[in-house]
Amino acid sequence: MKKKFNLEDLDCANCAAKMETGIKEIPGVINASVNFLAQKMMLEAPDDQFDAILDKAVKYIAEVEPDCRVII
Amino acid sequence: MTRKQRTALIRIIITAVIFFPLLIAEHTGGLDNIPSVLRLVIFLVPYVIIGYDVIRKACINISKGHVFDENFLMMIATFGALAVQEYPEAVAVMLFYQVGELFQSYAVGKSRQSISRMMDMAPEYANLETDDGITRADPDDVPVGSIIVVKPGEKIPLDGIVIEGTSMLDTSALTGESVPRRIHENDSIYSGCVNGNGTIRVKTTREYDDSTVAKILELVENASDKKANIENFITRFARYYTPVVTLSALALAIIGPFVSVASNTSVNIGSAVSTWLLRACTFLVVSCPCALVISVPLGFFGGIGAASKHGILVKGSNYLELISRVDTVVFDKTGTLTKGEFRVNKVIARNMKADDLLETAAHGESYSTHPIAMSILEAYEERGGKVDPSRIVDAHEDAGHGIDVCVDGKKVIIGNGRHLEKHGIPYDPCDENGTVVYVAIGDAYAGAIVISDTVKDTAADAVRDMKKAGVTRCVMLTGDRAAAAGYAAAELGIDEYYSDLLPGDKVAKVEELLKVQNNGSYLAFVGDGINDAPVLARADVGIAMGSMGSDASIEAADIVLMDDDIRKIASVIKLSRRTMRIIRQNIVFALFVKLLVLILSAAGITSMWAAVFADVGVAVLAILNSMRALRY
Repeated sequence: MKKKFNLEDLDCANCAAKMETGIKEIPGVINASVNFLAQKMMLEAPDDQFDAILDKAVKYIAEVEPDCRVII
Repeated sequence: MTRKQRTALIRIIITAVIFFPLLIAEHTGGLDNIPSVLRLVIFLVPYVIIGYDVIRKACINISKGHVFDENFLMMIATFGALAVQEYPEAVAVMLFYQVGELFQSYAVGKSRQSISRMMDMAPEYANLETDDGITRADPDDVPVGSIIVVKPGEKIPLDGIVIEGTSMLDTSALTGESVPRRIHENDSIYSGCVNGNGTIRVKTTREYDDSTVAKILELVENASDKKANIENFITRFARYYTPVVTLSALALAIIGPFVSVASNTSVNIGSAVSTWLLRACTFLVVSCPCALVISVPLGFFGGIGAASKHGILVKGSNYLELISRVDTVVFDKTGTLTKGEFRVNKVIARNMKADDLLETAAHGESYSTHPIAMSILEAYEERGGKVDPSRIVDAHEDAGHGIDVCVDGKKVIIGNGRHLEKHGIPYDPCDENGTVVYVAIGDAYAGAIVISDTVKDTAADAVRDMKKAGVTRCVMLTGDRAAAAGYAAAELGIDEYYSDLLPGDKVAKVEELLKVQNNGSYLAFVGDGINDAPVLARADVGIAMGSMGSDASIEAADIVLMDDDIRKIASVIKLSRRTMRIIRQNIVFALFVKLLVLILSAAGITSMWAAVFADVGVAVLAILNSMRALRY
C-alpha cells in the first residue's frame, strides 16, 4: 500500500531529509519520501504491516522535529 | 503568517526590546558596577525568552540519541559563550538564529503559495443536474455520464463532452496558450480550463480522479519526489558536513589552547582556553547546512512551476537537470514535425480509372487503423464512395509494410515498394514527395496512391530555436522513404535523418544514437506519444505531445508539452539551464560563505554573531535567489 500524508509545521529542509532517511530504515518500509516543499510524506509498505510502520514513522518524525505533526 | 510564525515574531520583538538597551548599557559601562552573577541573570532573561524552545528540542533530541542536531549545536554554542562570560554574544546568536528561522519559514511558505496559486486549477465544485434541479456537488462525487452545467467564468470541473451551448474556453492553465478556444456541441473539453462567456451543458466522460486536472496536479506534486543528482549530492553532503564541523570545533577547543601556550609562553592558559572555546562555538553556529539543503529543491520547484505556467509539464527535478544538458534532439516525424493529417494527393492508375483504383484500395485498407489507410478511406468517402464490407475477405496486415487482402474475389496487395518486391511484383517506382502506396490487383501492378502529410508551420522555427538554445544535433526518424524524408529534413533544417524505419527500428536507432553520445550530454526524444512509448522511455529525456488528455503519452513521457507546440522544447531547455544556473549559484555562494566564516572564526577574526548573521543571511539570499527560478 502506498499512501500520502500531509505534514504540518515542517519547518526545516534538513529535518525533512533526515526524516526521509530514517523512515526508509524502518524495517518493512518499501519506499518513503518526505517532501519539504509540498509538506507531504509518502509511505509505501506491505498492507498487513502498514499501520504498525506508519506508527513508527510518525514517532520518528516527532523525534526529528517535535513541532511537526502528521495529519492522518 | 501562520500562528507559529506569529509567536516567533512576538518573541523576537520582546527579546529585541529587552536586549538592545542591555547591549547599549554593557558597551557604555552601565553594567560595570553590578556583580557578575547579577549580570548573568539579567542577560539570561532575554536568552530564555528567545531560546527556550531550542533548548527544549535539544534536550528531547539528546535523550533520543540524535547528537548532531541543529538545536543541540546551537545550545552548546551559546552555553559556551555563557561559560566564557560573553553573555551578549549568547543572546545575539539565539536572536539572529530565530530571526533567520522565521524569515526562512516565511519565504518558503510564500514561494510555496505562489507556486500553488499558479497551479490553482483544481475545481471546488460541479453544478450537477439532478431530478430536482441543479445542485452543487463535490467533483469527486460526480459519476461518469452525469450532466453538469458550467456557467460563465467557472472552472470546468470534469472532463466531458459539450451537449448544449457554445462558449470560448480559456485553456491557459493547462496549455499556457492565451488565445481562448471556441467550443461547440460535441466538442471534448478538459477539466482545469475556465469557461468564457457562455453557459454550457456537459456530459462527463471521466471521474474526477481520472480527469485531466487531477492527473496534472498529481504529476506536479510528485515532481519534487524525483530528485536530481545535484539534490542527492547536497543531501549526502549535509549528512557529513555537520559532524565534520562539529568534530573540528571540538578539536579546536582542545588543541587550540596548547598551540597558543606553546607558541607564546606569556599567554595565560585560562584566557587561551576561553578564546579557543569561543572560536569553537562560532564553528558550531555555522554547522547547520540548511541554506544548501533548502535552496536546491526550492530552485527546482520554482523551475517546474515556471514550466507548468507555459504549458510544459516536467515530471521531476531530475528531468529538468537532464534536459539542461541535452545536445541531441531526436524527432519522430509523423505527428511531431508534421501535423499527422495524411491526405491523398494523387492517384496514378495504370490500365484502369483512378476512381476504380481508389475504390479497390479503400476496400483493401478498410480494416486497418493506420493513418495512411484512414486517409485512403477518407479520400474515397469524399468522392461519394462507401465501403461494402461484404466485398472483402481474408485481410492480412503486415505492420510497417502493407496489406494482403481479397476484394471481389481478386487478390489485392497494397503496401510500400518492399511489400510488392516481397511478392515478386514489378512496379514503377514513383518519386513524388510523400508516402507512396503501391497497389497490385490479381498479381499485376495497378498503380500508386501518393499521400502526403503537411509539415507543421511551427516546426522550422522550433528547430531553429533549439539550435539557438544550444542543441547541436537534430535527428529525424521516419518510416517514410529516403526521398520524402530528405525533402522534409531539408525544409526544416534537420541535420540527420533515418528513413524506412519500422516502428520497432526506432528503439534500436535511438540506442545507437545514445551510444555515440558524449559523456555528460544527453539525448531527448520527441514523439506524439502514439506507438512510441518504448522510445520515450529509452531516451534520456522523453518529450511527448500531451494532445490534451491523451493518457498514454502523459504516462510514458518525462516532459509533456500540453499544447503540442514543439517550439516549447527550446523554451524548456533555456528554462532548465536558467534553473540550474540559479541552483549552482546558491551552492557555490553558500559553501563559499560557510568556508569563509569557518576560516575567519578559526583565526579569531570574526565574532560569533557576525557568524550567525552570515549564516542566516546566506540562507535568506539563497531562498530569494531560488525564487527567481519561478519567474521565466
